[in-house]
Amino acid sequence: MAQVDVRLVDVTKTYGSDVRAVDGISLDVLDGEFFSLLGPSGCGKTTTLRMIGGFEEPTSGRIELQGEEVTWLPPHRRNVNTVFQNYALFPHLSIRENVAFGLRRRKVADAEVRTRVAEMLELVELSALADRKPGQISGGQAQRVALARALVNRPAVLLLDEPLGALDLRLRKQMQIELKRIQVEVGITFIYVTHDQEEAMTMSDRIAVMNHGRYEQLGAPAEIYERPSTRFVAGFLGASNLLPGTVVGAEGDHVAVRLDLGPIVRLPAAAIAGRSRVDVGVRPEKIRLGSAGAATPGVNAIPGHIQDLSYTGVSTQYRVALADGHLVTAYAQNIARADGGASALPGAEVLVEWDPADAFAVDPLPAGTEPATDPVTGAPIE
Amino acid sequence: MSAAARPPFRLRRRIGRWVLPIYAAFAITFLTLPVIVMIIFSFNSPAGRSNLTWRELSIDAWLDPLGRPGLAEAVTTSVLIALLTTIIATALGVLIALALVRHTFRGKGIANLLIFLPMSTPEIVLGTSLLTLFIGSVGWTFLPPGVLYPLGFPTILIAHVMFSISFVVVTMRARLAGFPRHLEEAAMDLYANEWSTFWRVTFPLILPGVLAAAMLAFSLSIDDYVITTFTSGQTKTFPIYIFGAQQRGIPVQVNVIGTMIFLVAVGFVALSTFLGRRQQNAPGR
Ligand SMILES: Nc1ncnc2c1ncn2[C@@H]1O[C@H](COP(=O)(O)OP(=O)(O)OP(=O)(O)O)[C@@H](O)[C@H]1O
Ligand SMILES: [Mg+2]
Repeated sequence: MAQVDVRLVDVTKTYGSDVRAVDGISLDVLDGEFFSLLGPSGCGKTTTLRMIGGFEEPTSGRIELQGEEVTWLPPHRRNVNTVFQNYALFPHLSIRENVAFGLRRRKVADAEVRTRVAEMLELVELSALADRKPGQISGGQAQRVALARALVNRPAVLLLDEPLGALDLRLRKQMQIELKRIQVEVGITFIYVTHDQEEAMTMSDRIAVMNHGRYEQLGAPAEIYERPSTRFVAGFLGASNLLPGTVVGAEGDHVAVRLDLGPIVRLPAAAIAGRSRVDVGVRPEKIRLGSAGAATPGVNAIPGHIQDLSYTGVSTQYRVALADGHLVTAYAQNIARADGGASALPGAEVLVEWDPADAFAVDPLPAGTEPATDPVTGAPIE
Repeated sequence: MSAAARPPFRLRRRIGRWVLPIYAAFAITFLTLPVIVMIIFSFNSPAGRSNLTWRELSIDAWLDPLGRPGLAEAVTTSVLIALLTTIIATALGVLIALALVRHTFRGKGIANLLIFLPMSTPEIVLGTSLLTLFIGSVGWTFLPPGVLYPLGFPTILIAHVMFSISFVVVTMRARLAGFPRHLEEAAMDLYANEWSTFWRVTFPLILPGVLAAAMLAFSLSIDDYVITTFTSGQTKTFPIYIFGAQQRGIPVQVNVIGTMIFLVAVGFVALSTFLGRRQQNAPGR
């Protein structure tokens, strides 16, 4: 079992009397982990990070760094460093002196400062710009200076608040790979804040998906994508189809659910977690469209007809109307199809099929409300 | 464009080319003429005591700029007071501005308002009320004599600090309002405590503003006459010396020292413009 680097115990932060920016978060971040806080704007990611860094005091709760409580310590007495969203480079100091700042404050010997700064500039490939001022370098370079300035101190934990937010898409992709490389190389724990689910999934070992000041699910990227435990998580990480139904029986490690529109489907018992009413969820890329009347044994199948399709190059996106008018979205890779193209035209009768293991279940909406999910993105419509 | 539309256009261009420069030349002449006269007359050798009519070119006064009884003392007093005022008013003013911009505290609104008071009150009112206050302090046994009464160097200094502090605060407040606070957080994050955060990050970045404020305080102090007359007692500052000398005839040395002050002031303004431009060029990332 890896050592715990950062522990939050029931941490809450309120502003004024009504804004609950962070609402009772408890989590453990392990040593050497790339841990992401993922969530929409205003969900409390920055506030959480700032409390770990020491820039905000929690209203209640406890923060531990490597087993020691730091809840009330000022930032300069915590062994963490931050890469700020806007980089916050000191404009009056050269790149070299920016990077050396932390070491100098810690009274590291001059010779050592010089070698460590040089090494770090080497790592982020900025040695050539060492004598420039921050006003004379590009956004991507500034981002790497900010990273070097933090990493050179060899903190136990590095906090990063949307460090790639200001970069364009191409540079952003490049820096994602770069950041991950550096993290693996230096082996420091990263706590990474982002609202970009793809970014979080590519880089993280584990992700906490946050909403309204708390996290709804915490796990490895594949786990939270394949088996989201809430409607919000399902929607935030990608498109999904949600079909309401009632649990009608169990067979071994599978549970049978009768969908409100008629058919019975099977799910892993673990996904149901003892509930009787659930929304059964399937990601569009897990769905196969089979010929009507030729159901594959052991696979969930619901009849419907193709409403429309759109060709996106890599894949074709189908919308299938079910008996009660529900639309199900399915992505089909554009590889040569064995079943012939004729069945895949609008109006064709098809079977919406998926493997029971590929389904997940989330809490149903309160009775009386229509299942309001966007048919394409699967995101909940507020 | 028809040909009919061209003459007014050409006219406007002619105005732009000639009228504005001529106007500007007049304005500059108007503004600098007194200074030019002062400089020219510092090279005069007047017939009598009064340096009011041109007689002949001479550099006597420049060779002996303090060669009049009382003049050296007055200039020294003025410079000393101006320097002390600059140091005290700038230090206090920067701290007040920091408090007003950075912190919330009870009475902040009132403080923000009162800081304008010395700027908006007529000098004559400030002078008389200070005089009343200082004379009223005669019975205050906790103060050693000579601090507030009899009037003198300390009272001039107190008065000058009081009126220049508000100019410092107002200048600094504007500069601090746009200060990138996240730089201080970054410093704290990099193990700088409050003290070194201030000296390593905050102060270097506000330094141009501090210098501008200091120059303002210096120039306000060195030429103040109205408030100083009420608070100086027997002590003479340079402006008061000139006013006194006027009745007997102003010596050429006054023009020499006036010219020196003018040159120093121009140097300050040039420096401050240069510093301000440099701060603008440095982006506050
Ligand atoms: N100083 C403050 N005073 C009052 N409310 C605040 C303050 N700082 C943050 N909040 C509120 O707390 C909530 C969480 O803010 P936070 O900055 O943590 O969001 P975030 O998840 O980082 O969002 P984003 O992705 O937009 O940066 C928001 O509703 C915000 O308005
Ligand atoms: Mg944020």
